[in-house]
Amino acid sequence: MSFINYASREINCKIVYYGPGLCGKTTNLQYIYQKTAEESKGKMISLATETERTLFFDFLPLALGEIRGFKTRFHLYTVPGQVFYDASRKLILKGVDGVVFVADSQEERFDANIESLENLKDNLEEQGFDLEKLPFVIQYNKRDLPNVSSVEELSNLLNPRKVPELEGCAMSGEGVFETLKAVAKLVLNDLKKGG
Amino acid sequence: MLGPQSSLVMYDEEYQRILLLLERLLRESNSKVIFLVDKNGQLIAATGETANLDTTSLASLTAGNIAATGGLAKLIGEKEFSILFHEGEKDNIHISIIGGRVILVVIFDQRSSLGLVRLRVKKASNELAIVFEDLVSRTEREAISSSTPSPFAEITDDDIDNLFN
Ligand SMILES: Nc1nc2c(ncn2[C@@H]2O[C@H](COP(=O)(O)OP(=O)(O)O)[C@@H](O)[C@H]2O)c(=O)[nH]1
Ligand SMILES: [Mg+2]
Repeated sequence: MSFINYASREINCKIVYYGPGLCGKTTNLQYIYQKTAEESKGKMISLATETERTLFFDFLPLALGEIRGFKTRFHLYTVPGQVFYDASRKLILKGVDGVVFVADSQEERFDANIESLENLKDNLEEQGFDLEKLPFVIQYNKRDLPNVSSVEELSNLLNPRKVPELEGCAMSGEGVFETLKAVAKLVLNDLKKGG
Repeated sequence: MLGPQSSLVMYDEEYQRILLLLERLLRESNSKVIFLVDKNGQLIAATGETANLDTTSLASLTAGNIAATGGLAKLIGEKEFSILFHEGEKDNIHISIIGGRVILVVIFDQRSSLGLVRLRVKKASNELAIVFEDLVSRTEREAISSSTPSPFAEITDDDIDNLFN
């Protein structure tokens, strides 16, 4: 949950990028890191295997600016996507303020998306969270590839509640900041309601 | 006790009390750096030789470390490991949990010893736990009283848009 510090006048929020293995979560964070001014970002930490698959998490701290005199910091995390890293995924969801689900638009990843979304719901429930009540946005990634499902099809399947949804190509950066902004907006609006 | 789901709120008075306790612990344990981290990975306070340290990264990795060993503990039927110790060639890290939610990290070298750090940490932990209990009751009081409206009640969409410019 968010950390509001009246002493240093800071708000800290935790955002987790979730999704099936290789959907582009780490790529989202890398793009944000590359495009963020030096003074607004901390070090990006990737706990990865030798083949660059996320082992535990990626972490990117961002200090975007001030709201009402409070420095607003977002801590972005990704989870490891592979099925067998479920224990790690649960840990990273602790204290989450907002979730981005990165879907892999490729047809052959259709089932993997569903499985990962179900897994997200289960793991949140275990922590006492309800996905329906949490700031939540969906990014349909890899729109540049030829073998993708239509956004309509993906949306019907993954987004019955019609939370904010965005098309993305994390490799070129398309939709990446739009996605971050969408989830940040929901998180800050939650804060406004005193959540 | 601070539940895992509630937002952590820090006020000036408690922050100063925490800093004083950390500074005293730093002196009495002869250590180099001390910091406090929320279990979610957010840095609460730091003192000592922090100038060349990436405290944000340290905070996140410490929380990840506690979370991972906590997961290990559950698998073998323990509640959690309340103390972790990492020994390096020069510097060592002593990590302990306070009041179930906050993580205290002490970095020390050969000028101190594990025994001394343990002893001083124990005493400081009890005092820190009291401050965090006060913090919780204060947060509850403030939430009920309408005399101090949340500064975020009036966030506008423009405020949020401005963050990304
Ligand atoms: N064509 C294409 N490839 C992408 C896109 N986003 C990520 N990738 C590639 O997909 C692979 C896995 O990405 P990664 O971010 O590591 O996935 P993660 O497992 O979700 O963290 C990498 O080779 C990326 O370069 C995209 O939008 N389009
Ligand atoms: Mg990854």
